Amino acid sequence: MAEEQIKTGLRLVCIGGSSGSLEALSQLLPVLDNRFRLPVLIVLHRSNAMDNGLTTLLASRTSLTIKEAEEKELLQPGSIYLAPPDYHVLLEEDGTLSLDVSEKVHFSRPSIEVSFSSAAHSYKKGLVAVLLSGANADGAAAMIEVKNFGGVTIVQDPQEALVDFMPLRAIQLAPVDYILRAADIGALLNRFSKDGS
Amino acid sequence: MTDTREIVPLVSAISARYGYDFSGYSKASLRRRIDSFYVKGGFDSFASMQERIMADPVYFQHFVEEITVNVTEMFRDPDFYRALRESIVPVLATYPFIRIWHAGCSTGEEVFSMAILLKETGLLHKSILYATDINQAVLEKAKSGIFPVAAMQQYSENYIRSGGKGEFSQYYTANYNSARFDGGLSKKMIFSNHNLVEDASFNQFQLILCRNVLIYFEKDLQGKVLQLFDKSLESLGFLALGSKESLRFSPINGDYQQVVNREKIWRKNK
Repeated sequence: MAEEQIKTGLRLVCIGGSSGSLEALSQLLPVLDNRFRLPVLIVLHRSNAMDNGLTTLLASRTSLTIKEAEEKELLQPGSIYLAPPDYHVLLEEDGTLSLDVSEKVHFSRPSIEVSFSSAAHSYKKGLVAVLLSGANADGAAAMIEVKNFGGVTIVQDPQEALVDFMPLRAIQLAPVDYILRAADIGALLNRFSKDGS
Repeated sequence: MTDTREIVPLVSAISARYGYDFSGYSKASLRRRIDSFYVKGGFDSFASMQERIMADPVYFQHFVEEITVNVTEMFRDPDFYRALRESIVPVLATYPFIRIWHAGCSTGEEVFSMAILLKETGLLHKSILYATDINQAVLEKAKSGIFPVAAMQQYSENYIRSGGKGEFSQYYTANYNSARFDGGLSKKMIFSNHNLVEDASFNQFQLILCRNVLIYFEKDLQGKVLQLFDKSLESLGFLALGSKESLRFSPINGDYQQVVNREKIWRKNK
C-alpha cells in the first residue's frame, strides 16, 4: 500500500466495475460521509434491460444524492452520478459531463475505460479512479493513463472482490496506489474528501 | 492522448480552410475521436497530421468521416418507435402530405425504420423522408439501402419489441453478407449533405428526428441547432431527440410540450 500523503486538489472520484460491483458498492457507499465533498461518477457495466432499478438500489445505500448522469450536467460536490445504460460518459474540463453513443469498448457501453481515460485527461491530478470487481478487462489499462496524468488509483482487494479478474488485471499492468477492501476504499475516499478537496 | 490545446488551433485552421466549424463540438468527445484518428493514421506528430489535413481536401473528408459518430441501429430504443407508432403516427396520418427530417441520419438505419413504420400504417405513399448528414460516406451507404446481414437479427428483435407485427425479413433480400432493403422504401427518401452548424433551414416539417447527435455539441451549439429545428417545424409539429437528450436547458423549451411520458418527443405549441 502506498504511503498516505495529503492529496490536495482532488476534484472527482470515478468508480468503475462489472460483475460483483454491486456487492462492493453495497459495502463502499454506506461508509461515505454524509458531507462528502467530491462528485462521484459510477460506471457499471449494465445491459439495457436494467433501468432505474439500479439507481434506486444504490440510493438505498447512501444518504448522498444519487442519480443517473444527464447530458451536459454540471457535477456537484457530494453528488453521485450513474452512467446510463448504453451510453459512454465523457468528462469535460469545465466540470460537466457529455454522453456519447460511439462503438462499444471492451464490448461495453458504458465503458469504464472511456470514462477513466476522459477523466484522466480532463482532471489530471484531480482524479481518483477506483476499479472494483469484474470479469472484463475494461478499465484496467486506463488506470495507467490515470497515473500518467498524476491521479490516484485504487483497486478493490482481489481477495474480497467477487470476481477478481478486473482488479488483478489492473495490478498486473501497473502499480496502483491502493489495494483495499470496499469499505476501506470508502474510508479512504472520506479522507480524500476532508483533506484533499 | 491528444491534448486539448492542440485541438483548438486545428479546429481554427479547418474552419478557415474548409469552412467546417467544429469549435462548438463537445471537447471531450472531439478530443477522443481526433486522438483515435491520430493513432490510426500512424502520424509521428500532431503537426504532421494537421499538415496533411490542411493540404489534402480528400483526406480532410476522410477526417470528417472518422471524427463524426455514426453508430446506429434499426428500431434503436424500441420503446421510442412504439411511442411513434402509437402516439405520433396517428396524428401525422391526418395531414394530406407528410414531411419528415432525419437530421444526422448516419448510415440510414433510422430512416429505413421510419419508412417501414409508415408503410405498415399505410402512410408511406404520402410521405417524404429527408435524410441529411455532414458525412458524405455514410450518406452514400444510406442511399444504397444495403446493410450487413449480421445485424438483421438484432434489428428484427428491435422491430418486434417496438410493436412491429409483420415479418421483418420481408423488407429485405439477403445476398451473401448483405441485406438489400426494398426499393419501395428508399423511393420516398431524399438524402443530402447538410451541416447542422452552418447550413440553414431548408423546409418545414411535421416531424424532425435528431437522435444522439446533439450530445456531441456543447450546450451553446445545442441551443443554436434546436433553434434551427424550431424554425423548420410547422406549428404543432413534433421533435424527437435521443433517449438521454432534453430541451430543458435550451432556448426553445417554453414553446414545446413533451407528449409521451418518458420518451423524448415534444410537440410545438401553436
